Amino acid sequence: MMEPRLWRETSFGLTAKLWQINWLYVLLLCALAAVGYTALYSVGGGSPAPYATRHALRFAFGLVLMLSVALVDIRLIARLAWPLYGLGVGLLVLVARFGHVGKGAQRWIEIGGLQLQPSELMKIFLVLALASWFHRASHERIGNPLFLIPPAVAVLLPVGLILKEPNLGTAVITAVVGAAMFFAAGVRVWKFALIGIALALAAPLAYSHLHDYQRARITTFLHPESDPLGAGYNILQSKIALGSGGMWGKGFLQGSQAQLDFLPEKQTDFIFTTLAEEFGFVGALATMGLLTLIVLGGFAIALRCRHTFGRLVALGIATNFFMYVFVNLAMVMGAIPVGGVPLPLVSHGGSAMLTTMLGFGVLMSVYVHRDVTFADQRDDL
Amino acid sequence: MARRETKRTGVFTRRALIVAGAELAALGGLAAKLYQVQVAESARYALAAENNRLSARLIAPPRGRLLDRAGTPIGGNRTNWRALLIAEQTLDVEATLDNFSRLVPLADHERARIERDLHRHRRFIPVTMREFLSWEEMARIEVNAPDLPGVVVDVGTTRLYPFGPTLAHLTGYVAPPSEEDAADDPLLALPGMRVGRAGLEKHHDEALRGKAGMVQVEVNALGRVIRELDRQEGTPGAEITTTLDAGLQEMVLARLGEESASAVVLDAQNGEVLAMATNPSFDPSLFNSGVSQAQWAEWTKSRRTPLINKAVAGLYAPGSTFKMVVALAALEARTLTPGERINCPGYLDLGDARFHCWRHGGHGLLDLRGGLKNSCDVFFYETARRTGIDHIAAMAKRFGLGTRLDIELPEQRVGLVPTRAWRISRGHPWNLGDTVIHGIGQGFLELTPLQLATMAARLASGRAVGPHLTRSVNGVLQPGATSASWPSLGLPDHALRLVREGMWAVVNEQGGTAPVAKLGLPDAQMAGKTGSTQVRRVSRELREHGNFNSAKLPWEFRPHALFVAFAPYDAPRYALSVVVEHGNAGAEAAAPIARDIMLEVLRRDPSGHGPAPRLAEGPLQ
Repeated sequence: MMEPRLWRETSFGLTAKLWQINWLYVLLLCALAAVGYTALYSVGGGSPAPYATRHALRFAFGLVLMLSVALVDIRLIARLAWPLYGLGVGLLVLVARFGHVGKGAQRWIEIGGLQLQPSELMKIFLVLALASWFHRASHERIGNPLFLIPPAVAVLLPVGLILKEPNLGTAVITAVVGAAMFFAAGVRVWKFALIGIALALAAPLAYSHLHDYQRARITTFLHPESDPLGAGYNILQSKIALGSGGMWGKGFLQGSQAQLDFLPEKQTDFIFTTLAEEFGFVGALATMGLLTLIVLGGFAIALRCRHTFGRLVALGIATNFFMYVFVNLAMVMGAIPVGGVPLPLVSHGGSAMLTTMLGFGVLMSVYVHRDVTFADQRDDL
Repeated sequence: MARRETKRTGVFTRRALIVAGAELAALGGLAAKLYQVQVAESARYALAAENNRLSARLIAPPRGRLLDRAGTPIGGNRTNWRALLIAEQTLDVEATLDNFSRLVPLADHERARIERDLHRHRRFIPVTMREFLSWEEMARIEVNAPDLPGVVVDVGTTRLYPFGPTLAHLTGYVAPPSEEDAADDPLLALPGMRVGRAGLEKHHDEALRGKAGMVQVEVNALGRVIRELDRQEGTPGAEITTTLDAGLQEMVLARLGEESASAVVLDAQNGEVLAMATNPSFDPSLFNSGVSQAQWAEWTKSRRTPLINKAVAGLYAPGSTFKMVVALAALEARTLTPGERINCPGYLDLGDARFHCWRHGGHGLLDLRGGLKNSCDVFFYETARRTGIDHIAAMAKRFGLGTRLDIELPEQRVGLVPTRAWRISRGHPWNLGDTVIHGIGQGFLELTPLQLATMAARLASGRAVGPHLTRSVNGVLQPGATSASWPSLGLPDHALRLVREGMWAVVNEQGGTAPVAKLGLPDAQMAGKTGSTQVRRVSRELREHGNFNSAKLPWEFRPHALFVAFAPYDAPRYALSVVVEHGNAGAEAAAPIARDIMLEVLRRDPSGHGPAPRLAEGPLQ
């Protein structure tokens, strides 16, 4: 048992690391990006321009980024967790002060021509920070409520800043990812129940603080027919597109609802409807299967890892990805209010693609370094 | 440590599996939902076979009507057959356009406009191809419907102003919405929707516009409606009854003749605007479909400014019509006592400047009544000198002068009543000479005819009535319809009486400046005040030369003629102002017009000149 571990830690060169990368998982990601390419090709009117080609180029770039991050020692990433977290909060504050206002919300900042949505980065940094915090903790300390206060603040601070942008969708995703990590770290179930009760009590208060457009989304969600040409339009048209796809779909490039410009943001948030309309329930289900495999793959990496930090990071990133997928699909099917969340690796958009691949890079680094030991198992701190 | 680690690993593994299971279940739930929407309920959307689609269409509400006080429409709608194109219902827009222009020829610029509109709007929004179709054209389109997928003939409305130019400055006009308008309200993207661009149409635009209705229909691939699924009726625009008397307005405008002039008639007791005429005028219907360049050039280049509502946007020095305000300011500041006499030798010397009275030899000793009756300049030079500009300005504001009035005309200008602080803020000192010339309504003063009429109404009633045009909205009487809803000006009765008496003498007493304005009725007399204001400085040499005659100047250099009045003198009910641009002298050009208007107003007053407000609401057609 000792031999292989020693070998790994002493002669862990770049080539060896490349061999350690889970290429099957990389293949799954490529397949998902290919699905995105197909859908964007169709939305572009049966042409690689203007969406599909750029999507492919971005994915290629993202792939390089991911593989580079995968080779970075997970222990270095662990050391950088809190500084990165600070950077993320700093960017969120920046965006609140100087960010671009688009569609009524302030979410973007531009760095050297690159549009950046710090809330996306923040989620990855938060996962790292929480993992690093619980990594140091003994099982007993996790039972101590005082020990849980700093990580709780670490979750609430970015969630509050993202809410202020305002970006309800991302804030909820961030909060859920944080909660999942608390849970996986071993925090008692009754504490979650307590928080759940508190949230239920706070919900009416929060509703009164929502922006008008966010309230409109909730009302529209409850009664989409009440406003069929306003906010309800998206959901209604989306459902019509899904319904018209039927079991087998209309065929590639044959989706009239999407082709005829009924669908708003069909290349971004509503990309899934194009797939569902043209490839039917079968095609949509296959896409969902692929997405599910990627989520479960993340969990498999988590279980396979030997250190707490890596396990929690893998779980956090997998859950983050899952939340994206879930919120987007549920929104498209009219199951939750519309929230401006893209479908990762399928929707058109550079910033989301980059951050998604960055996340998978970290996940892959966990896999590559699954057996390393941390010199500072800081149980005694 | 190893055991602890094992225990933690165990907890993690268990919990990670729980999280993964929950996520898997959630995705499974979504798959079930997808199955429900896409397969189980697919039939409900009935879209499977031939690309049948749901389509929602907005129904444009009819724009609300504008009525005069008797219920006669002054702004309404008339039907308009038009051809629309719904882009989502045709596979080839170009081919449809080609086919259409074979039936109803489209000029190149029309086609360009249609294509621009198609580009601008979402594909389910119908775009107007051609309005005001003849019966024949309509028939041709309907017969060839199969060749024209996406083309719909639709009956809409267009704005109609039965009184045309007579009420143009009040109704204002509507025009197709701009791109920014359409971004504010999706309703405006509908064909035939119009936005108020001036006057009441602009002020009440939102109320007049109404709320859109909606029909949800199922259409086939060619855009033909298969069945209607749902219909929500919209709310038509509000019907607005104005305070205007269209018949009176016609008479007033006719009486202004060829002059570049405006006249305002108010109910002095409640501020209702009975007539507000500005000459020359324009045809508001022309804006509906677009004004030709030649027409536009003619309007904008004319020296008589037909597009400008001079009653609210024309600014004039009030001249002698301002003297009542000066008198009241002095009485209140106790710089003039009611019986006090001032000597007019024909001029007032102030330092080395000499200010002339309009009468060369002077008026001799005059009290306030005599000062107003003779419109003596020296009397008011002296009164203003004693009182100071700030007292005068404060009094002027109480009469609505130089203030923003609550009139429903967005074109309104505020004008200017100067104060010492205003002049100093502009980097100039305020000189006593400035005060003196403001005593006769000259200097920096700039007022609108509506403000002058408001002043006359407030003098007549002693109340701070505000001029307004809206009597009721959808049958609901708006506030301000009764005299009691307006607060008192807070001026002592004896002061107001004194000033009214001076105005009475102007018209009705031997030697007054406007005997021409005498009504000659057995039971009603009018009180008024003339005003003439130079538009060009008359040099002292010219004046002292003796044979200066302003009537011989070129038109644009002649003085403006003004007259303000109220009647009946013993029970004031109506107030008016008349301003004739370059009319030379108030008594000459404005007073006769004022007399004729007041005679008509009293003739139309059903109670002779009684106090009862007319509530007649004619049948709504």
